[in-house]
Amino acid sequence: MNLRSRADRWARLGCVVVLLAATTGTGVAQRRTDAVPASPDDKMVVHVLNRLGFGPGPGDVDRVRRLGLAAYIEQQLQPSRIADDAMTARLAAFETLTMSTHDLAAKYYLPAQMQRREAKRAEAAAAAKPDMRSEMPAPAAAGRPENKGMQGERLVLAELAQQKILRAAYSERQLDEVLVDFWFNHFNVFAGKGLTRIYVTEYERDTIRPHVLGKFRDLLGAVAESPAMLFYLDNWQSSVPGDAATSMNMRRRRAGVRQEAMQPAPAPTRKRGINENYARELMELHTLGVDGGYAQKDVQEIARAFTGWTIDVPRQGGGFRFESRMHDSGEKTILGKTIRAGGGKKDGEQVLDLLATHPSTARFIATKLARRFVADDPPAALVDRAAARFKETDGDIREVVRVIITSPEFFAASSYRAKVKTPLEFVASAVRAAGVDVRNGMLLAQSMRQLGMPLYMCQPPTGYSDKAEAWVNTGALLNRMNFAVTLSSNPRRAGSTATVVTEDQIASVVLAGDVSPTTRATVARATNEQQKIALLLGSPDFQKR
Amino acid sequence: MFSRRMFLKDGALALVSLGFAPTFLARTVEGLGSARQKVLVTIFQRGAVDGLNMIVPFGEAAYYAARPSLAIAKPGSGENTAVDLDGFFGLHPRMRSLKPLWESGNMAIVHACGSHDETRSHFDAQDYMESATPGVKSTPDGWMNRYLHAQEHRKATPFRAVALAQQLPRSLQGAAPALAIGQIAQFGIRAGQNTDMVQSSFESEYAAAANSVLHTTGREAFDAVKMLKKADPAQYTPANGADYPRSPFGDALKQIAQLIKADVGLEVAFAESGNWDHHANEGGAMGILANRLADLSQGIAALVRDLGDRMQDIVVMTMSEFGRAVTENGSRGTDHGHGNAMMVMGGAVRGGKVYGKWPGLKPEQRHDGRDLAITTDFRAVFNEVVRGHLGLTNTARVFPGFTGTERLGMF
Repeated sequence: MNLRSRADRWARLGCVVVLLAATTGTGVAQRRTDAVPASPDDKMVVHVLNRLGFGPGPGDVDRVRRLGLAAYIEQQLQPSRIADDAMTARLAAFETLTMSTHDLAAKYYLPAQMQRREAKRAEAAAAAKPDMRSEMPAPAAAGRPENKGMQGERLVLAELAQQKILRAAYSERQLDEVLVDFWFNHFNVFAGKGLTRIYVTEYERDTIRPHVLGKFRDLLGAVAESPAMLFYLDNWQSSVPGDAATSMNMRRRRAGVRQEAMQPAPAPTRKRGINENYARELMELHTLGVDGGYAQKDVQEIARAFTGWTIDVPRQGGGFRFESRMHDSGEKTILGKTIRAGGGKKDGEQVLDLLATHPSTARFIATKLARRFVADDPPAALVDRAAARFKETDGDIREVVRVIITSPEFFAASSYRAKVKTPLEFVASAVRAAGVDVRNGMLLAQSMRQLGMPLYMCQPPTGYSDKAEAWVNTGALLNRMNFAVTLSSNPRRAGSTATVVTEDQIASVVLAGDVSPTTRATVARATNEQQKIALLLGSPDFQKR
Repeated sequence: MFSRRMFLKDGALALVSLGFAPTFLARTVEGLGSARQKVLVTIFQRGAVDGLNMIVPFGEAAYYAARPSLAIAKPGSGENTAVDLDGFFGLHPRMRSLKPLWESGNMAIVHACGSHDETRSHFDAQDYMESATPGVKSTPDGWMNRYLHAQEHRKATPFRAVALAQQLPRSLQGAAPALAIGQIAQFGIRAGQNTDMVQSSFESEYAAAANSVLHTTGREAFDAVKMLKKADPAQYTPANGADYPRSPFGDALKQIAQLIKADVGLEVAFAESGNWDHHANEGGAMGILANRLADLSQGIAALVRDLGDRMQDIVVMTMSEFGRAVTENGSRGTDHGHGNAMMVMGGAVRGGKVYGKWPGLKPEQRHDGRDLAITTDFRAVFNEVVRGHLGLTNTARVFPGFTGTERLGMF
């Protein structure tokens, strides 16, 4: 990373923000930001950088102090107005990031699929020969030796994982990246489930990212129509029971559709019917929360409403399609409200409207956002105000986030360094703190696996936990220390350049001097600068934000 | 099979209690004290093994009718026929290495077993089996982790629950501590020639951490590293001439044996065995499935041989997400089915028996007219192992929503 150009851009941005602040309603802004310290000390600045983003990089603390905390927060809430050219340039080499799913399928998945079948046939033929039946090495779960097609297929997820960690480390739009991570995780899909992996690139880029500071209803609607979610939670094959059209439909699309693409040919689809998976998670995880006040009957009725929300030719990377022949056109009753017969696709839309405006949803979303930004168990009064803001703004995420990150609770002493970093936060913040230029993001992505948070590979729809206990376990903690050692002492193994900062700068600036006497003492005993940095980045002090 | 150990234990205890114990015997008693720790080793056959060719119902005419090219011949002439177990069921011929376990009464099989959930997705079925809550996707933790939580352990070590895998499997995820270790020889701080210095520095930093989660976990981590170092995992020779297959699965089982013998407090272990999804050219007595079954059974046989007398306190249990269709498909393979077979092996197992009610394989006896029907919920097997072997009496929290009261009687 070129530090000087970054500093220049910051200076330019400062001007832009001052202009913006002058043209927006300052009275309202005043009311909303009155808890934001006007003359913050370094700890407050570091706190904001740790919570709105992935921690301070070289020079960040000075720049934010010059700009002012309130202006910085306002700037981060308007990411589209922040220039991020260096980030764009850094990602330019990853061509899959901008490709349509249709093109990805044609270029990577279909060839890989064909080669997988050929490999399987060849393996079977070889294994059937008596003289070849001596011990075959047992392959890992994924199976066979990789061929070119499969490597190409893996490239897509590899590039996506790299962009995620590189954005966290280097994007100027730090809050935007935090929220992309938050909302992807809230609406989690698992790239390891069959065809989901084809769609993850577009899911993050086109479904999640455009809406992270927009209206919740828009985000919810985009997710509901996304092939990634339709496949992951099985709604694409949910249909009115005993529907003759379905089996015909399925047969017609067999060439383009298989239950799990890793497998050649599951049995011909027989009885189809309602699949409740999406309906259940829609309420439990996406909107109302598990105690949000719904019954199993509501799950069934919502599942009926969403029958026919399916994917057009999935294996070729097709998009959302409403298939009226799969749809249950009867009347439904959901959370006490009647949805009249014959609504077609509007049935699902009405369900989303109902859920997006439900008071339980406001509370559930407010709680999760407050947990991300403030504390594992967020203060009740703050959750109340954030939920109220959600309701009065019709689910405007930007406004809810604003309430939280400008609140007295956010700036309270009890919130300061109260969160334990997730592995993503740890890795990105270490890269930022050390001021290194990561040349090969793949090695960082692999570290995420060792730290227990493989990117895009969180299996359950709950997503990754945002609480400390989930991330602090013996193996993962040792791996954090090992990551710190590798990044500082052997940067090439971490895919980066050598560190450009000193241990003292990290301790005094990045940690704002909050280093325990013991950590100070062990660092002082270290024999060289690299070791000092390793002992600091791997320390318990650096695990908190 | 286990009498020598019983003698040793009783005899040595007697000597110790009289105060005459020579030091080597006192050591042995200590060792046995830890060895009395019950251990459960679970093996997940990911990809859905063809249970009908693993545990062959050769007494079923319908089996042969449905599988003209894949069926395993009835026990009899030659090494390519089923290994007779009880006159009706037989082991796949490449699983012959497990026959001694069956004969000594230490191997039980549960057939027509699985999840009543209808899914035929590998992902969902594995998820349901590992969370042990079929049909409920949002269960946050795995059944093995809930066991750890439900069964208080006064002297739990960081090695109480270990998956020999790069990643913690769903079965072990949850609130209780559990370790995923790819290679035990590499567990610890890795800082080249400075390792000792770096390790002791980190150790003192975490000992002084104010945050209780970081403090406690840091202490556990360094205890674990030291414990393992003492056990010297780099130096390991399997006992009794045990010969593990040179495969990821064999390697994982070998490391589990190492941990058990190092007495580091291992109670539940997890190993994976992959590549069971044979839609095409599955093979019969020879071929792809046969090779995978050889790897599986030679690994288990080596583990049992290596652990010797310790098997009295150990149970090995296999599982797979669902079975495969009774009838072979057009590609000489088998498609996703329903019921399957599980194996439960160990010194305390009442083996030599195929448990469960056999539903038959005639078309009208099949599930949906095509698959082996399920007569035993897989959770009944888990439940019995947790109760009968690990000794947890109230398993309601481990298997929420499971109301089956059927007892197989494997313990």
